Amino acid sequence: MRHTISVLVENKFGVLSRVAGLFSGRGYNIESLSVGETIDPNISIMTIVTTGDDWVIEQINKQLNKLIDVIKVVDLTELHHVEREMVLIKVAPKQENKAEVLSIAEIFRGRIVDSSPNTYTIEITGDEKKIEAFVELMKPMGIKEFVRTGKVAIAREILKKK
Amino acid sequence: MGIPKKVSGKISGAEIIIECLKREGVKHIFGYPGGVILNIFDLLYDDKDLKLILTRHEQGAVHAADAYARSTGKPGVVLVTSGPGATNTVTGIATASMDSVPLVVFTGQVPTMLIGNDAFQEADIVGITRSCTKYNILAKDVNQLARQIREAFYIAASGRPGPVLIDLPKDVTSGKAEFVWPEKIDIRSYSPTYEGSKWMIEKAAHEIAKAKKPVIIAGGGCIISEASAELKELAELTDTPVTMTLMGLGAFPGTHSLSLGMLGMHGTYYANKSVQESDLLIAIGMRFDDRVTGKIEGFAPHAKIVHIDIDPTSIRKNVRVDIPIVGDVKRVLKVLNKFLKGEVKEQWGEVRKAWLKQIAAWKNERPLTYTYSPDVIKPQYVVEKIYEITKGDAIITTEVGQNQMWAAQFYKYDKPKRLLTSGGLGTMGYGFPAAIGAQLAHPDKLVIDIAGDGSIQMNIQELATAVIYKLPVKVAILNNRYLGMVRQWQELFYQERYSHVYLETETTPDFVELAHAYGAVGLRATKPSEVEPVIREAIKIKKPVFIDFVCDWKEKVYPMVPAGATLDSMLFEEKEKKAEKKLKAVK
Repeated sequence: MRHTISVLVENKFGVLSRVAGLFSGRGYNIESLSVGETIDPNISIMTIVTTGDDWVIEQINKQLNKLIDVIKVVDLTELHHVEREMVLIKVAPKQENKAEVLSIAEIFRGRIVDSSPNTYTIEITGDEKKIEAFVELMKPMGIKEFVRTGKVAIAREILKKK
Repeated sequence: MGIPKKVSGKISGAEIIIECLKREGVKHIFGYPGGVILNIFDLLYDDKDLKLILTRHEQGAVHAADAYARSTGKPGVVLVTSGPGATNTVTGIATASMDSVPLVVFTGQVPTMLIGNDAFQEADIVGITRSCTKYNILAKDVNQLARQIREAFYIAASGRPGPVLIDLPKDVTSGKAEFVWPEKIDIRSYSPTYEGSKWMIEKAAHEIAKAKKPVIIAGGGCIISEASAELKELAELTDTPVTMTLMGLGAFPGTHSLSLGMLGMHGTYYANKSVQESDLLIAIGMRFDDRVTGKIEGFAPHAKIVHIDIDPTSIRKNVRVDIPIVGDVKRVLKVLNKFLKGEVKEQWGEVRKAWLKQIAAWKNERPLTYTYSPDVIKPQYVVEKIYEITKGDAIITTEVGQNQMWAAQFYKYDKPKRLLTSGGLGTMGYGFPAAIGAQLAHPDKLVIDIAGDGSIQMNIQELATAVIYKLPVKVAILNNRYLGMVRQWQELFYQERYSHVYLETETTPDFVELAHAYGAVGLRATKPSEVEPVIREAIKIKKPVFIDFVCDWKEKVYPMVPAGATLDSMLFEEKEKKAEKKLKAVK
């Protein structure tokens, strides 16, 4: 099963490679990983999306906790939480499709962040399903370039267990 | 050590390191000098309190520090230079990491401004050792150095111990700063769990009281935690037999009537049989290594499992666990014994008698044995004689392979920290430098490395170290002219295709002459009748001694659970003999 794990770490150099090395060294999957500073510049937060059965996920949680620079590990999958990721997508639609691109972007609450005579660059934020749906619709329009952040996630304030 | 004198004014990074080592109570450092670490070596030139043991190879330095730590419980300290000096420590560090040995390894590094430039003798040792250290850091700021060293010692020795590496760029050891010794250590991201959950311990106590066929499996954690007394109390209180992993040997007296000896691939018949038949395993300070469990799916099929370990990742990593208890073995056992004293012994008195009777029958059926020969030296006979002559009171180190297994099977360890062996990583070349480290820590003890003719050659250069520092270690080479354990596998599982395991004749090298060349003493035994006199003679000599026991090359380690088989599918010596007879009959 797929899990989204939030890892609070010391903001020191080498920590990312410790975490990444743990996953590669022990043969765990990483689907996506995003890192950023928190409000406290001494602490970073990583959001890791990984897959594995219960045994593997339990080990991943424990192994992450065992790393000296890891402060806290939360498996958000067990909690109600909000997940978001962002893509920047550059499409080069044919003349007759331009209007459609713009209207689809609007439906998905995307923003045009750059345009040229032949291309639009659209920023879109949302959960995975929304992004996937949007990308599917853009494919026939001619995707030129495509970048995607990893997932970031946060627990809902009322931390009721699922 | 006394109260450390106050340090005032700015001092160099190298001076800070020396000051920290003294405050940590370090007496011996194992190391090897080189370009970028000279700032520290220069201070050691006329330091009266810190003694550096110059080995002949950095790997030897780490193994020696490792055994120093294993035999004393205090962190071993290593000091080497950058690049090759640092990379040569990797096998030693990985060995210590697998066996939870506290080490603090200082490596030199090129000056900060040159890092990443492929400078002379530059290696990214922090990157290289990331997965085989408990923690490692590149010290970048001389102002942080004292705190980082203090933390390194704390991390190495606390929780589940392990090696910590500090990489020291040359400009950091020459840079100056005020010496600030942190009185307290507070690492917010690191707090090992020592106290086990009372609720879980109570549950475990009930299970133990109820069990009909319980078995305790004691691992290296019992030794690290110094929990032998508590372990013995638990076993005697509940009439529970105790088997030990290789790392656990000595945690419980090997001569005790409740001892089953070692379990696993080369464990005793009765230990493996008991585990397989057991209805409750009490696993203490061990991690269910594949050499212990055999085929996981068929491991202890009828048993509930209580697992006590300080490292949560060890629990439910390899086997299912019914009652997990994360905590320090000694503290958990104390609480557990208390609960058990509250239980009524009548609950188990009768049923245990039946279980112990069954185990006694298994012991009787297939004791740990070998076939003595009056013509050729059996390696087991050598180990047995060493045990008899030393009355079990020596510190034994081993190399890896058949020598290690015979040393585990035929020497009975009644006390902890008497067997120093590379269990997890299985590092050939460990035993000899380890003997040196142990001898240094215990000058009055007899230290014997039980070696093979293959393994001993992996760190044989340390003969110089033993001779120069007058460390009278004894090396019993069970010389069978083969990489015996590999040869055994090839004989049993690769149709006797002895691919690259023959080390040529007994005089390549001539170990006796080799010992002489280094200024040590070399002795040789070629007949069983010579074994005992030669051991006695070696012990009398107050110098390092190599004893070359020219052994039967065909001897194999039995019992043996083939890799991937369950613990109860063991191979035995006599079975093979029968097969030979059958073969002859067919011919």
